[in-house]
Amino acid sequence: MTPSNRILVLFAHPALNKSRINSQLVRAIADLEGVTLHDLYEEYPDFHIDVKREQQLLIDHDIVVWQHPFYWYSSPAILKEWQDLVLEHGFAYGHEGTALQGKKCLSAISTGGSQQAYQRDGYNYYTIGELLTPFAQTARLCGMNYLPPFVVHGTHQLLDGPEISDRAQDYRTLIQALRDNQINWAALPGLTQLNQDLSQVLLAPEVAPHA
Amino acid sequence: MHSEDLFFQAFIYLMAAVLSVPFAKRLGLGSVLGYLIAGVIIGPFVLGLVGEQQDDVMHFAEFGVVMMLFLIGLELRPSLLWQMRGPILGLGGLQVAVTTGAIALIALLVGLPWTMALAIGMILALSSTAIVLQTLNEKGLMRTEAGQASFSVLLFQDIAVIPMLALLPLLEMGQTAIGPHTAVLVATAEASGGLPAWQRTLLVMGAVGGIIVVGRFLMRPVFRFIADTRLREMFTATALLLVIGITLIMQMVGLSPALGTFVAGVVLADNEYRHELETDIEPFKGLLLGLFFISVGASIDFNVLARQPLLILDLVIGLMLLKGLVLLALGRFFRQSLSQNLLFAMALAQGGEFCFVLFSFAQQSRVLPTTITAPLVVVVALSMALTPLVMIANERLVQPRFVSQGEQREPDTIDDGETPVIVAGFGRFGQIVNRLLVANGIQTTVLDHDPATIDLLRQFGHKVFYGDSSRIELLYAAGAAEAKLFVMAIDDVERSLQTIDLVKQHFPHLKILARAIDRRHAYELLRRDVAVVERETFESALSLGAEALKLLGFRAYHAHRAARIFRHHDIKAMREMAEIEADMPKLVAKSQQLAADLKEVLQSDSFDLPREVDQAWDTTALKKYGA
Repeated sequence: MTPSNRILVLFAHPALNKSRINSQLVRAIADLEGVTLHDLYEEYPDFHIDVKREQQLLIDHDIVVWQHPFYWYSSPAILKEWQDLVLEHGFAYGHEGTALQGKKCLSAISTGGSQQAYQRDGYNYYTIGELLTPFAQTARLCGMNYLPPFVVHGTHQLLDGPEISDRAQDYRTLIQALRDNQINWAALPGLTQLNQDLSQVLLAPEVAPHA
Repeated sequence: MHSEDLFFQAFIYLMAAVLSVPFAKRLGLGSVLGYLIAGVIIGPFVLGLVGEQQDDVMHFAEFGVVMMLFLIGLELRPSLLWQMRGPILGLGGLQVAVTTGAIALIALLVGLPWTMALAIGMILALSSTAIVLQTLNEKGLMRTEAGQASFSVLLFQDIAVIPMLALLPLLEMGQTAIGPHTAVLVATAEASGGLPAWQRTLLVMGAVGGIIVVGRFLMRPVFRFIADTRLREMFTATALLLVIGITLIMQMVGLSPALGTFVAGVVLADNEYRHELETDIEPFKGLLLGLFFISVGASIDFNVLARQPLLILDLVIGLMLLKGLVLLALGRFFRQSLSQNLLFAMALAQGGEFCFVLFSFAQQSRVLPTTITAPLVVVVALSMALTPLVMIANERLVQPRFVSQGEQREPDTIDDGETPVIVAGFGRFGQIVNRLLVANGIQTTVLDHDPATIDLLRQFGHKVFYGDSSRIELLYAAGAAEAKLFVMAIDDVERSLQTIDLVKQHFPHLKILARAIDRRHAYELLRRDVAVVERETFESALSLGAEALKLLGFRAYHAHRAARIFRHHDIKAMREMAEIEADMPKLVAKSQQLAADLKEVLQSDSFDLPREVDQAWDTTALKKYGA
């Protein structure tokens, strides 16, 4: 078994007090060892991001998770600001910008609409995969391996208490597996979503999804 | 009494208190028991240091009970009192009625005539407001269900004393003139005794109405006028004058002064000078109550006890058992949980200070003979002395059994207005802080010492209290023990630091957020490890600086970012300099220091700020590589 991965969760939610999904997702992974939860709105309420500190955090971790609600087919503003400032030329990309080479990158998002809404005949027309293209390409340019996203769909309608906690448990299981290298990496490229069928993704059968 | 004699007496009492109370406290016995023991020791049966003036001292000390009820009233806003009307009338009324009946029945059974039986029943139904409230307060149990129930019952009892006084003479054995009675706690209506009943009723209603009207409308400007003098002792004098004045009026119309001051307290409960009043009366109350407990201890007549030890002991145990059982039954009827009910029953199972007064009154009214009152007075005193012990037994032996059953402390039933934030200083700075908090639904308690500000702010519905925040008692009164945050926003450096030292010492749980007047003040605050230090002019000067950059042609966001970056660096530099500062010898003249400060500040700006502002969006690096 390869040594475990250190995971940096860059979390962006401007009104966590009103969140139903993300607050649970965050709570599900908050206590995990080897996982650094970094709440951007809490750290930089005035958007004055400490670039050097953020870059050091990136260097210190192996897997970067962008966790946020999917606002207007993108992230809340602070994560864009973070990308603009922290992923500098000469650090994240360019000839000398090799700091992120070989790391893995994951989007963990929640959407109001259901999965059916994100297809050609749905009202969102484009798929999640298509809409996440800028994130995928950002990761790619920085030399990171962009994994299929973890998506919690349909937060507007469905999802009562137990359903939400099931998703939170899935998230915890996945983050743990990513940390411990218990992932069937070979199966990932074929997937549109990391959590559409956890049994395909997880290596060890004993790490069962929510039982 | 000669003055040397007075000083000698004072010396004895103070010495007894100072020697015994801290020990009692240290041993976990509580202050009440300490005072009582001190009283026994200096009393006629051990050292005999105090003797014949004992009754006078006790009557004087009863004034402590009057002050205590004034303070209790101050804590109770009228609306809260109204909410408690159910328990006061129901629980209190039933306790007095049922206990009177039960004791009277037993007295009848042992062969006393019904008049004596009824008198004894009424008198022994009363409990000790002084001992119970002091003990509950000390143990922090006042806000529990049982504490509130006890308070309701005691309040009803204090009111019930008045009709009892009216009733007792009607039970008398033969017609004799009643001699004047000088107790402070109750007056015998000597002054108005000759008037017909309807006139007396009018007089009583007039007096209570007068207290309400005066308290409501007249006291505010009077306090304001006194506060304007900025003489602290004048405020203390006014507060004492108020309490003593009410006591006199109440005695004149034949009402209980305790009740009168309680009403006055309730009327003044939402007055902005409330905390200051509390602070001023508190030490007097404490000392007088202590004196009262000492005199109860000293008054225990061990001769009577020695003559009939078994009888007295039986009576004490019988009295406490009977009262306790009645209370348990009532508590159950009013659906108290068992643990709270036990506390309630044990707290109120003794006789009270009113018993002494009423027994001597009954004796003078020839309702009861001395042969009956003498042992009963001892019984009452002993039951009072036993109460703190019973409470300790309850705390150590009984209550722990309930914890294991998962029973939790009942939620507070009284919102006595304590707030999570205390804001000291309501000037230019404090009021903005307070407005932001209030606008976001956070309750605050504001302390300020400028009467003009207070009046204005009160008109706009702010909760502002008069007082000097560097007085620790005032901070206690403002609820610092329960608050979470302490915002220090006064504009006086010395007092600010002094208060913060006090707060850190007495309320280590409070997070302090402080306004710094200048850098030097900020260093001092940082060295005191204050949670948040904000220089009062810093943020606004930065905003103005950013505006200046804009007028010079900077784009708005560029100017904004420049100000943010500057802020970041400056705060960092300030924290570093605060540490350097600590090592500097203090001998350097202040002006030199200020110059040095400025130099340091300027040096800390020597990094390349302008370049840093745009670095993130800088494309020169890209052009260089032709990417």
